[in-house]
Amino acid sequence: MAAKEELKLLGVDVSPFAIRAHMAVVIKGVSCEYVVEDLSNKSELLLSSNPVYKKVPVLIHNGKPICESLVIVQYVDEIFSGDGVPSILPTDPYERAIARFWAAYVDDKFFPVLRGIVLALTEQERVEKATETLAAIEPLEEAFAMCSKGKAFFSGDSIGYVDLALGSLLVWIEAIRRMYNIEIISASKTPRLSAWAERFGESAAAKEVLPEVDKAVQFGKMLEAAASAAAASK
Amino acid sequence: MAGSNGDLKLLGHKGSPFVARVKLALGLKGISYDYVEEDIFGQKSDLLLRSNPVHKAVPVLIHNGKPICESQVIVQYIDEVFVGTGPSLLPADPYDRALARFWVAYIDDKLGASFDRALRAKTDEERNEAIKQTFAAAEALEGGLKECSKGKNFFGGDNAGYVDIIVGSVVPWVKVISVLAGAELFDPAKMPGMVAWVDRFCELDVAKAVLQDPKILLEQAKMLMAKNSAVASNN
Repeated sequence: MAAKEELKLLGVDVSPFAIRAHMAVVIKGVSCEYVVEDLSNKSELLLSSNPVYKKVPVLIHNGKPICESLVIVQYVDEIFSGDGVPSILPTDPYERAIARFWAAYVDDKFFPVLRGIVLALTEQERVEKATETLAAIEPLEEAFAMCSKGKAFFSGDSIGYVDLALGSLLVWIEAIRRMYNIEIISASKTPRLSAWAERFGESAAAKEVLPEVDKAVQFGKMLEAAASAAAASK
Repeated sequence: MAGSNGDLKLLGHKGSPFVARVKLALGLKGISYDYVEEDIFGQKSDLLLRSNPVHKAVPVLIHNGKPICESQVIVQYIDEVFVGTGPSLLPADPYDRALARFWVAYIDDKLGASFDRALRAKTDEERNEAIKQTFAAAEALEGGLKECSKGKNFFGGDNAGYVDIIVGSVVPWVKVISVLAGAELFDPAKMPGMVAWVDRFCELDVAKAVLQDPKILLEQAKMLMAKNSAVASNN
């Protein structure tokens, strides 16, 4: 890096999207100021940096904001690259396409039903969402075999794009297990992902960034309460 | 020349804006390919099912036998693998690339999603709510255009690029929504930039070649809406 780089990341510990962005800067070994936002009282900086969504994460690089977690991860990967700097996306265009495909799958197909477990208003709905989530994780179990080619992570030897996309949800997957006794990833049903999840959690970047699961459990209870209240007031 | 680009096949469907994106991308870069029209509502081909087992949807680009799925992924792939052939679709500057990816995500996550809900709504109430959300989502594009174009003709600057392709692919559907809602989605009073952009984009040769006739799409939309309402009322 030539000139002085100023990096600030606005986020909250339990947000999987903030986790992705945070882990990306940690993996790159660049210094970044992490600002914890109070979502019930969003800062002026957040509101002015992300006027479209007013959400975390936002990465502010030399005063310019970048929004949307996967956009941030790709930006960080492109800006901080070179000899000795770990890559998050592969260099080969076809492998990049595969990585983008699976990250999109996590966000478009897996995350909505996973979140649906927490936001469910009835037990029946919860069971439905759990069933859908268990179905949605199966292609990822297969994808792991294809992408990792026998190595530790989706990207190979080190954490990459799809690892961040799915790994950022592990805290919530564990929170859901504690809250509802629903196992999305298990050694019996998804052995590859189960082993991968352990390795992900053991990584230096995860250890630095991931919050305690209980924080997610507490946040989950808040979300549940908010969802019930919203439904009751209709 | 097809030979130097390898073997390129696009599996698509004439009504799909996602397929239109890939055609626009290949067209802008001047890359030739084989096109296969899939019977998406009837009998999907073995090739499609094998190439996209996860979603079983179009578009699928098959390059030298290897499939690439999801329109945003395909367009970026085309730009990266055919670098040097025709214009670049994504900006050169990483920050501008981040802006482009942001707006592309916005179009599909906000605009596209609410319009999809409008088409699939089971009740008039649901449909009107979804249309309202679509209109609210469209407004931000005026700012997006200013931010990306920096005063030039296209989101991509002097030439059409990634964001132009994504927004351009839904232009025929914008016209459909406007007819269904009885109001222009890109209100000339609130979004003069976008209105002018639509005219410029539609003048491009590639747009003339690829974009569908809104009248045909309108019929398709009416059929889809009727089907969803009928299903609801039969329950």
